[in-house]
Amino acid sequence: MKRIARSSIQTAVNLVFFAIIGTAALSSTYHLTRDTIAATVEKAKLKLVSQLLPPSSYDNNIMQDIRTVEADEMLGTDEATQAHIARRDGKPVAVVLEAIAPDGYSGKISLIMAIHQDGSLGGVRVVKHNETPGLGDYIDIAKHDWIKTFDGRSRSLFPDGMWKVRKDGGMFDYMAGATVTPRAVVKAVNRALQYFEAHRDELFIADTPPAKGARI
Amino acid sequence: MTLTEMKDIAWNGLWKQNPGLVQLLGLCPLLAVSSTVINAVSLGLATTLVMILSNAAIAPVRSYVPNEIRIPVFVLIIAVLVTVVQYLMNAYLYGLYIVLGIFVPLIVTNCIVLARAESFASKNPVLPSAFDGMMMGLGLTAVLAVLGGMREIVGKGTLLSGIDLLFGEQAKAWVIPVIPDYHGFLLAILPPGAFIGLGLIIAAKNWLDLRASKKISSQPAPETLPEAVQG
Repeated sequence: MKRIARSSIQTAVNLVFFAIIGTAALSSTYHLTRDTIAATVEKAKLKLVSQLLPPSSYDNNIMQDIRTVEADEMLGTDEATQAHIARRDGKPVAVVLEAIAPDGYSGKISLIMAIHQDGSLGGVRVVKHNETPGLGDYIDIAKHDWIKTFDGRSRSLFPDGMWKVRKDGGMFDYMAGATVTPRAVVKAVNRALQYFEAHRDELFIADTPPAKGARI
Repeated sequence: MTLTEMKDIAWNGLWKQNPGLVQLLGLCPLLAVSSTVINAVSLGLATTLVMILSNAAIAPVRSYVPNEIRIPVFVLIIAVLVTVVQYLMNAYLYGLYIVLGIFVPLIVTNCIVLARAESFASKNPVLPSAFDGMMMGLGLTAVLAVLGGMREIVGKGTLLSGIDLLFGEQAKAWVIPVIPDYHGFLLAILPPGAFIGLGLIIAAKNWLDLRASKKISSQPAPETLPEAVQG
């Protein structure tokens, strides 16, 4: 009995030893790469935002000017997201919002869009999707320019009935064989614009005061 | 490590015991990521790196690991190394990291890594173990490259698409349009294409092996190695 106890303790100590070494290796790599990773992720996001909003249209640090947006049915989100606010001379220019189209052909389609202060779209991009390669994936800017049809559109110029694909009597093109995907995207963008209309004023108030040097 | 040993290890990894064609281990990434050459080779090389590191890390501690807990310890070491590789990719190869996404952490569950740790590194010194990891990894990468190439040509009509993720924007010009104005063949890009492609490659390997063994039996000349690994 005693011998069994001793050997199991030895084994346990041995395993713990390896676990400690492993943890140490992991945490040191994490600390060494953390800043680089944060910088790369931010750079990638900024690059994406620059496709939606010309960098010359705002003069604040859009990555720091953040507002937390609670999960909302109109945005299709089920957890809080971060909206980025673009300002020029302290005045709000546009907001970059995240939204989710829950009814893609194969699951959720994550979108990011810039909405100007007047409610017109700067642009929309698909950030993540699982649509069928070669069929529904033309919503991805890497595959096709379709998503650019949203540029400049607004609900004040186009009434609600226009925010559909042509097949349903709306104004958006689609490709034969893949209607579900664009339908989901159009619907999600339209709803996000409605959300924007309802929350316009509060969306432009950042969580924390903007960093030093920003004019208010 | 003698030259013969090295030759044996290399031959096993690249052809005789090829993880993708003979051991048929690690099919999960094989089927999922091999839709283009770039994706396939990238994941193959990431797996190779993990296998070199894991075999090299397991070999020196092999005598300190009690037999009963060797599997948990090996898995622990492999998981740590994969996460380290994942952090590094996230920091320095972000575009590729986004594409390979979930498949990088899944290298942990790739049986071939654990299989080599268990069947080779736990019984051999550091250098041969690392070399075995490298050769097994390269064997897998070669299969992935051939499969990725087949699927990309048939499915998209191009080669090397997505190379800009590795070498930046200017590399977009390096994409080879093998079949211009190709409308794509969806089946090749979807998972069934991977199964069919892999089946064809395995058949080709078996045929080559069979031909080689017939040659040997018909003429009792000293054993000659069949042609180099395709791809």
